Amino acid sequence: MLARISLGRVGHSLPTKELLAFQLAHAKARDAVLNDLNCTFFARYEPLIVHSSALNRTVYLRRPDLGRRLSNPHLLKRGDYDAVLILADGLSATAVHRNAAPVLDALLPLLEGWKLAPIVVAQQARVAIADEIGELLGAKMSVILIGERPGLSSPDSLGAYLTWAPRVDRTDAERNCVSNIREEGLKPGLAAQRIAMLMRAARGQKLTGVRLSGTSMLADDGS
Amino acid sequence: MELKTLLAKATPLRSGDQLAGIAAESAEERVAAQMLLADTPLTRFKNELLVNDEVTRLIVDTHNAEAFRPIAHLSVGEFREWLLQANGDAIASLSIMPEMAAAVSKIMRVQDLITVAAKIRVVTKFRDTLGLPGRLSTRLQPNDPTDDPRGVAASIVDGLMYASGDAVIGVNPASDDVRSVETLLHLLDKIRETLEIPTQTCVLAHVTTQMEAMRRGAPVDLVFQSIAGTEAANKAFGIDLKMLDEAWQAARDRHPGANVMYFETGQGSALSANAHHGIDQQTCEARAYAVAKRYSPLLVNTVVGFIGPEYLYDGKQITRAGLEDHFCGKLLGLPMGCDVCYTNHAEADQDDMDVLLTLLGAAGCNYIMGVPGADDIMLHYQSTSFHDALYARDLLKLRPAPEFEAWFERMSSAAIQKALEC
Repeated sequence: MLARISLGRVGHSLPTKELLAFQLAHAKARDAVLNDLNCTFFARYEPLIVHSSALNRTVYLRRPDLGRRLSNPHLLKRGDYDAVLILADGLSATAVHRNAAPVLDALLPLLEGWKLAPIVVAQQARVAIADEIGELLGAKMSVILIGERPGLSSPDSLGAYLTWAPRVDRTDAERNCVSNIREEGLKPGLAAQRIAMLMRAARGQKLTGVRLSGTSMLADDGS
Repeated sequence: MELKTLLAKATPLRSGDQLAGIAAESAEERVAAQMLLADTPLTRFKNELLVNDEVTRLIVDTHNAEAFRPIAHLSVGEFREWLLQANGDAIASLSIMPEMAAAVSKIMRVQDLITVAAKIRVVTKFRDTLGLPGRLSTRLQPNDPTDDPRGVAASIVDGLMYASGDAVIGVNPASDDVRSVETLLHLLDKIRETLEIPTQTCVLAHVTTQMEAMRRGAPVDLVFQSIAGTEAANKAFGIDLKMLDEAWQAARDRHPGANVMYFETGQGSALSANAHHGIDQQTCEARAYAVAKRYSPLLVNTVVGFIGPEYLYDGKQITRAGLEDHFCGKLLGLPMGCDVCYTNHAEADQDDMDVLLTLLGAAGCNYIMGVPGADDIMLHYQSTSFHDALYARDLLKLRPAPEFEAWFERMSSAAIQKALEC
C-alpha cells in the first residue's frame, strides 16, 4: 500500500481528481462498514445463522459489548466438535462477501479428519462472539472470519481469530490472529494454509494466544 | 450527589459516557446537572478527590494554593465568566486542578472554548520554537505499513516540500522491535542532519523501547509515550510515573535545556482499558494533562477521533472533544496540539475535519498532523494532510515556527530532493 504522495496542488488545495479519488475511497469504506451481511451468499454451506444482541448497525457501532453476545443462543445445540468455523460481518460486510468463501473453500479440504460443527454465520458480531458460540456448541476451538475495520485503501480486509477452549470472557491475549486477508494483501488461499497450520498447532498444544509456540513464522502476516 | 457523578451527568453528550453507563439519561437531566455544577465551588474539587491513585497524588502535590488564590472564592460558573474576561497572563499564572478545567469546559460553548484558549500561549523549544503567536506547526507523520525506509523517506520529502514538520518528524512504527525502531531513528536523524532542518525527530515506540534504543546508541531526540488520566489506565499502557521520570532524565541528559518529551492522549482511553473508576472520559482526559505537565513536554496532542464511535460517535462529538481537549490542555499550561482525525467506522468525514481544523486554528492550537493525502496507511485512519495545513496557514495568516520558516525559505524543492538522493 502506497502513501498518497506527489498529489500536486491547486492553490493550497488538492486537484479535483485527487479530491474525488479520496472521496471514492472513503465512500467504499463507509459502505463496507454500513452494509448488512447478506447471508444468502453462504447458503451452500448450510450455515446456522445467529445474531448478536446489537439490534442494528447503529447500536452495533455504539455498543461493542452487545456485539459480543448472542441474542438467540438457543439455536446452538451442544455437540462434540474439534472446531467451529464462524463467519461474521464485524466492521466490513464487504470483506466477508468478497473473501470469506475463498478462504473457506481453501480451508475445508485442509481439515480432513476434523470433526467440524456446522458453519455459523453471525450478524452484527464482534470477535468475542466466537467465545459464546464455541462454548454453546461444545467446540474445542473457534475460528472466526470477520471483517476488519476498513482502511481508506482496504475496505475488504478480513481477519481470522483462533481461540482454544472458547468460553465467554476469554481475552484477546488468548487468541491468535491472521489479518489483512484480501486479494491485495494476504491472499485467501495462503491465509487458509496459515489458519490450518495454526489450528493444528493449537490442537497439539491445547492452547492459543501468546503462549502458542512454533508459529512465529506464521505470525508475520504483514499486519 | 458525588462529584464524579455530577461531572459525568453534566458532560455534553458523548457515546463513551453512555457506554460506561454514567451519562445523563435525558437532555434535561444533563442541563440540570450543568446548572448544579455551575453552582459548585471550585474548592470542592480540592476536598473531594475522584479516585485515590498516583495521578491524583501528583495533582494534589503539584497544586499551588498561592497561585489558586485569585479564583479560590469562585464557583465553576463564576470561573467561566472570570476566564472570559481575564487576560492570558492572568490565566497562565493560575494553579488549576485538571478536574476544575474539565468542569468549567462542560458548561462552556464552542465559542467560549476558543475564546479562552486563544488568549493562552504556551511556548516550548528544542531546535526550533513552537507555540509563538501567529504560528501553526505540524508534525510530519510519514508512517509506512512495513516500516520500509524508502516509504518513510518518500513521505518525508513530500511533506518537507509543503513546509510540514516544524513540530517534529515523527513515525509511528509498525513494529515495536528495537532494531527496526533504531533503523528508523537513524534514517530520520540522517535526513535532518543532511538537510540541516531546525526540527526534531521521534519514533513513537513504547517508552521502554525508546530507552533501549538510547542505550544502544541510537539518535533519540524526543521521547514519546501515550498517557492517560488514571494510574490503572497508564498501567494498561505499560507505564507509570517512575518509568516516565527515568525516560525524562535520560532524554534531558542528551539534550540539556530543551523540552524533550512528547505525549499523546485521547478521550476514552481510560474506559477502553476498563480503568475509568466511573469518571467521565473528558475528566479522565484532563487528568492525563497533569501527567504530561510534570515533564515540561515540547509537544502534547489529543488524538481526538482515533478511538472510534463507541467513544466519540460522530463529527459533532469529535469536534467538541477536540476543542475541549485543546482548551483544557492550554488552561493547564501545556503546548497543546491536536490530531484532527477520524476512523472509517465513525459518523464523520473530511468536512468535519475541515471544521475542526479551522476552529483549532482560530483557537491558537500549537500544531496539527501532516499525513500524506490525509490517509495514514499504517494506522488506517484519516488525519490532516500537508494540504490541510497550508489551507489553515493561508486562511488564518499563520506561519511555521520561525527557525523552520527561515530554513524553508533558503531551501528550494529541488535542493530537498537532491540532498536526499544520496
